[in-house]
Amino acid sequence: MSEPFVLETQGLVKEFKGFVAVDDVNLKVQKGHIHALIGPNGAGKTTVFNLLTKFLIPTRGKILFKGKDITSMKSAAIARQGVVRSFQISAVFPHMTALENIRVALQSFEGHSFHFWKSGNSLNALNERCMALLDQVGLTEFANTTTVELAYGRKRALELATTLAMEPELLLLDEPTQGMGGEDVERVVELVRKAAQGRTVLMVEHNLGVVSKLCDRITVLARGAVLTEGDYQEVSNDPQVREVYMGSTSTSAKQETSE
Amino acid sequence: MSEPISHADIQKTMLQQQKAEQRKKQLLNLVLLVLLLAAPAVLYPVFLMKILCFALFAVAFNLLLGFTGLLSFGHAAFLASGAYTTGYLLSTYPGLSTEMGILAGTAAATVLGFCFAVVAIRRQGIYFAMITLALAQLVFFFFVQSEFTGGEDGLHGVPRGYLFGFIDLSNNLAMYYFVLAVFLGGYLLVQRIVGSPFGQVLKAIKQNEARTVSLGYNVNLYKLLAFVMSAGLAGLAGSVKTVVFQLASLGDAQWHTSGEVILMTLLGGTGTLLGPVIGAAFVVNLEYQLSQGPLGDWVDAILGAIFILTVIAFRSGIVGEVQKFMRKNLG
Ligand SMILES: Nc1ncnc2c1ncn2[C@@H]1O[C@H](COP(=O)(O)OP(=O)(O)OP(=O)(O)O)[C@@H](O)[C@H]1O
Ligand SMILES: [Mg+2]
Repeated sequence: MSEPFVLETQGLVKEFKGFVAVDDVNLKVQKGHIHALIGPNGAGKTTVFNLLTKFLIPTRGKILFKGKDITSMKSAAIARQGVVRSFQISAVFPHMTALENIRVALQSFEGHSFHFWKSGNSLNALNERCMALLDQVGLTEFANTTTVELAYGRKRALELATTLAMEPELLLLDEPTQGMGGEDVERVVELVRKAAQGRTVLMVEHNLGVVSKLCDRITVLARGAVLTEGDYQEVSNDPQVREVYMGSTSTSAKQETSE
Repeated sequence: MSEPISHADIQKTMLQQQKAEQRKKQLLNLVLLVLLLAAPAVLYPVFLMKILCFALFAVAFNLLLGFTGLLSFGHAAFLASGAYTTGYLLSTYPGLSTEMGILAGTAAATVLGFCFAVVAIRRQGIYFAMITLALAQLVFFFFVQSEFTGGEDGLHGVPRGYLFGFIDLSNNLAMYYFVLAVFLGGYLLVQRIVGSPFGQVLKAIKQNEARTVSLGYNVNLYKLLAFVMSAGLAGLAGSVKTVVFQLASLGDAQWHTSGEVILMTLLGGTGTLLGPVIGAAFVVNLEYQLSQGPLGDWVDAILGAIFILTVIAFRSGIVGEVQKFMRKNLG
């Protein structure tokens, strides 16, 4: 059975005490695509990610991964299946070295993680693979650096490498360029492009320049619901999208001048 | 551009650092061992045994707070359940050899720890602390009401008995070396756990739980196992304490005791293995000194003041501050 969609949601809904944060979302992510999820602040993008990875329990609806219903699976099991996420706020282990950060991910598949009687030296067998992943994101020379001491852009690169260590089939990236300056953004675009080879990516991204460069398909979310979907050309010409984006930018501009 | 550093060099540096760390740890273990072996020549064995029991209690507690990031406010329940079980069994069955009584106490605390963990482990932060406190108060109430604990009076005159059926523990020195062996066993076990692949996951949970989940770990299972081990070791401390003092009383079960072990651990330093040991020695000694002088009624107030001072000014505790100082001045 061949299933063209790696990820599919059917009527996905999340309510917080009556407030509908995600409203009947039907998402279809095609295999091999870099698929963008965009929308104004508070549209529900992060909430969708939380639902997909079961950090939140959906109120209604179904989630299918490679045609298989994973709606009732737990977070950890979903990650092991190959759906691995990054976080909007940089998520690293601050008091471990860069190499150790990645090793935690690799250890996840080793089956000795409950061995509390074993020496930690047994983990050194994973070091070479950690180094290879650090190479991929250009952090080789920082292998032994404690992560708190890394610059913000490097932390995000480390986070990506850690996510890739899980060898995900579907990579969920929540605003990988958030808070970055021009050069760093370029670097991340290249990293994501490289990381996307041989896998599928669903990414939340505010920077439309990044979206236009990277993404095959775009879903626009507004107030929890899907506004429209298409390639960059179609979406950027959609009057509704323009209204949502222009509307929000013009109000924020107004607020700024009135202050 | 400088020469790119080779993987081999980086890994060599890393392994050298690991080796240096391990050598430092072994040296520290050796110093601790020698000091504790020689201590009875200078200090009163019963006093030392009290320190060792509380030190083991604090080391057990720190497996959760320091290495998993879980603040339990109910550890008195485990100390007390170990103490009462051992006390009751050794008093009721005179033929029972002492180590069996202690094993039973440890087992009881381990089972109780499992029950606590099942209820509390999904809760985060302050809710976790509150639930462990509430459960410990339930256990306290149970001990007050039960016959076998002797109620308000507690269990007195628990026989120390014979270790393995032939070592007479009524000799304080024999008792001391037995307590020392138990303490070192617990200490080295926690050291091993913390350094193991399992300990690495605990560390990850402490530093970023959501990230650990997203890397495929069922974190609740890891936290549960850590909690049960911590409870068991706390019970072991309580069991041994009962044998030493031939007494199990409600004081062990009071929330006050749960607070005390938090103080000992914070004061000594949560980030290190040795911290809780130093903290326990400090607090036990201070309580003893104060009880000898005119400030005897002020013990709680003085401990409270020290607690506040630690939290405000010495976040990393005695051992943590010393480490920082050494790093600054020697490295
Ligand atoms: N745990 C929660 N409880 C209650 N409301 C929540 C919760 N999480 C999110 N929300 C609400 O749901 C809405 C969508 O939030 P979400 O974080 O998904 O937006 P977003 O599209 O990721 O926005 P941003 O671009 O700012 O990251 C917001 O109004 C938010 O306040
Ligand atoms: Mg968001």
